[in-house]
Amino acid sequence: MAVPTAALEAVLHRHPVWRGGRMVQSPVRAEPSGHAGLDRELPGGGWPAGALTEILCASHGIGELQLVLPALAALSRRDGRIAWLAPPHLPYAPGLAAAGLRLEFLTVVRAPGRRDALWAAEQVLRAGACRALLMWLPRAGYGELRRLALAAEAGAAAVALLFRPLQAAQESSPAPLRLALEPDGGQLAVRIFKRRGAQLAVPLRIPIPRPVHAVGGALLSPAQPRSQAARPCPA
Amino acid sequence: MDESWAVVENRSVLVCNGAAEALGVRPGSALTAAWALAPQLRILPRDAAAEAGALEAIATWACQFTAKVSLEPPQGVLLEVAGSLRLFGGIARLMARLRGGLADLGFEGQLAAGPTPRAALWLARGGGETLQALPIGAIGPEPEALALLRRIGVRTLGELMQLPRAGITARFGQGLLRDLDRALGQAPEPRVFFVPPERFKAQLELPAPVMEADRVLFAARRLLLQLEGFLAARQAGVRGFTLSLTHRHKRSTVIDVGSATPHRDTEHWQRLLREHLGAIVLKSPAEAIGLEAAGLAPLAGAAPGLFGDARSEAEAWERLTERLQARLGGAVVHGLATHAEHRPERAWRAAGGVAGTDEMPPGPRPLWLLEPPRRLGEGEFVLLAGPERIESGWWDGDDVARDYFIAARGASLAWIYRAREGWFLHGLFA
Repeated sequence: MAVPTAALEAVLHRHPVWRGGRMVQSPVRAEPSGHAGLDRELPGGGWPAGALTEILCASHGIGELQLVLPALAALSRRDGRIAWLAPPHLPYAPGLAAAGLRLEFLTVVRAPGRRDALWAAEQVLRAGACRALLMWLPRAGYGELRRLALAAEAGAAAVALLFRPLQAAQESSPAPLRLALEPDGGQLAVRIFKRRGAQLAVPLRIPIPRPVHAVGGALLSPAQPRSQAARPCPA
Repeated sequence: MDESWAVVENRSVLVCNGAAEALGVRPGSALTAAWALAPQLRILPRDAAAEAGALEAIATWACQFTAKVSLEPPQGVLLEVAGSLRLFGGIARLMARLRGGLADLGFEGQLAAGPTPRAALWLARGGGETLQALPIGAIGPEPEALALLRRIGVRTLGELMQLPRAGITARFGQGLLRDLDRALGQAPEPRVFFVPPERFKAQLELPAPVMEADRVLFAARRLLLQLEGFLAARQAGVRGFTLSLTHRHKRSTVIDVGSATPHRDTEHWQRLLREHLGAIVLKSPAEAIGLEAAGLAPLAGAAPGLFGDARSEAEAWERLTERLQARLGGAVVHGLATHAEHRPERAWRAAGGVAGTDEMPPGPRPLWLLEPPRRLGEGEFVLLAGPERIESGWWDGDDVARDYFIAARGASLAWIYRAREGWFLHGLFA
C-alpha cells in the first residue's frame, strides 16, 4: 500500500509528531552551557529554558557547579536573576564572584522543609521572574517532579536545574533532559541518559576548571595529612 | 531649520513651537502680529477632539502605573499612586519615570504630587511646592469670583483659607468651599476612574509629511510606547500589530508586524518594525500613522523575548520575593555579596543589592561553604595543594589561625583547614 509521501509530510508538519532517531531541532530556547562539547549534544544547543533538567551527581564537590556556572555567569551579565533553592551548603559569595557571576542577581532561598521547598520551586518557576533556578530536592517523588516539570513549562523563561543524587537515575522522571555526572580525573564525565531525540551512547568528557591547577606553584605532590609537606600550624 | 508652527484659537496664538518662538511669536500674540514676525508660520486650528484623544492616550499609557487613573479635562490626568509607590521605588522615582515616559510619548507635562487629587491638580497647575503659596488662579475659580478675590486682596490659596468659611460660602457659593475642603482632604472627592479601551488603537498626525523609514519609525515609537503601557496594565502582550500610514487622498500603506510569541516590549517591536520598514519603499509621503493591535495574550511574565521585558520581570520578581518571604520567613530568602574580611565565614553577606568588595581573595575559594565547618579525621582526605595561612580576628576575640589546603575527599575536592583543634572541612569546590 502506497502512502503518498507528501501527505505524510503534511501530517508530520501539521502535528507535533515526535520522530525518533534524530535530535529534534525544536523551538527549544536554550542558554549555551559554555562547554562546546556539551552544547553540541544538548537539544537547542544549551541548557533548555522552560523545561526541567535533572543533574544527578554522586557527591557534592565534583565540579557539578562548574558545569553550570558559565551559563549562569552569562545570564547574570545580561541582568538575569538566578535563584538557588534549598542548596545543600551555603553558595559562597567569594567563589561565585571569582567565577564571574554578578552577585546582585543571585538570591538564595533556604527552604526549611521538603514541602516548602517544592512549593517555593513552583512559585519561582511560575512567576517567570528569574532566568535560572537551581534546586536541590533529593527526595522528590515522581508526582512532585511532574508538578515541577509543568511549572517549568508554564514559566517558560527559566533554565530549571534540579540536582539529585546519582541513585535517582534508577527512578523514572518527567524531566525531558537528564544528566549524570561522575568525576574523571581532572574532567567531568557527563552521561546524557535522557534527552529529546536519540540517546547518547558514550559519556562526554568535559574539562572543568579545578583549583589545583590554579594554585600552580603551591601544588604539592599528593601527601598524607601527617606529612611534613604540610607546614605545621602554630601551636 | 525646523518649520515654525502655532496652534491658534480665536485668531490668537495658543501655543507655538520653539522655531516660532525664536522668531518672536509668543502664546497670546494676535495672529496678525505673529504673521508679521514669521511669514512662514504654519497655522493649526485648535482641535478639541485631538486634545481629548491625547488625554486618553496618556491615561491609557498611565494605567501601567496604577489602576486608578482619572481624567481631568481639558488638560489633566490624575493617578492615584499610593498603592504603587513601593513597586516603583518611591514617589521621586515614579515621578521621574512618568516625566521621562511622557517625554518619550511626545508630551510635555507639569507633574505634581499631593495628598488628595485636587491638591495634586492645583499644584500641577500652579507649579508651586505648597498649597499655601499657590496663586489663586491655579484653583480655577469662575472669572467673576477670581476678579472679586483679587479685589479683596486674596492672591494665594493660603490667604483664601484665612477667610471665614461662612463668608466664602456667602460670596462665592458652595463650590469654592467644597473644592477647598476636597483639596485639604476634609471632604472626600469621588472620582470616576478611566476605563482603558478593550483594543488598542492610536493615531498620530505627523507635523510634516515624511518619506523616510527612520522618521516613520521615530513616530511609530511613540505609539508603541503607548501600546506597551496599555499592555502592561493588563499584564498581557500581543503577537502583532498593524501600522497604517495615511497618505494624501486617503490612500494608505498597511504594514503587519507579527511575532511567534506575545510581546509588549517597545524595543522588541521597534526592531521588528525597522526590518519591515526597510523592506518597503513609500510611493508618497505619509501624513499620519495609526497603530492597531488585537488578540491580547497573557504574558504572565513568561516568554521574555531575546532581550527580555526587564521591567515586568523586575515587578514579577518583587512580587515573588514578597510571596516567598511571607510563607517562609524573611531571613530564608536573601541575596549574596562579598565582604572585605579575611575569615572565610565572614567574607560574605546575606544582603542583596549591596556592593561587595572588589578585592580578590589571595587563594582559590570554594563554591560551597559548610556552616559550621565539619571536623575531619586524619585519614579522611589527601592533601593536594596548600597551605594558605589565614590569621585574623584577634581584635574581636573570635580570632582564627588556620592553614587552608585543597584536598581530595573521596571523589570531591575539598577546602579544609588545620587549626589548634584539628582538621576541618570548610568548603567544597563544586
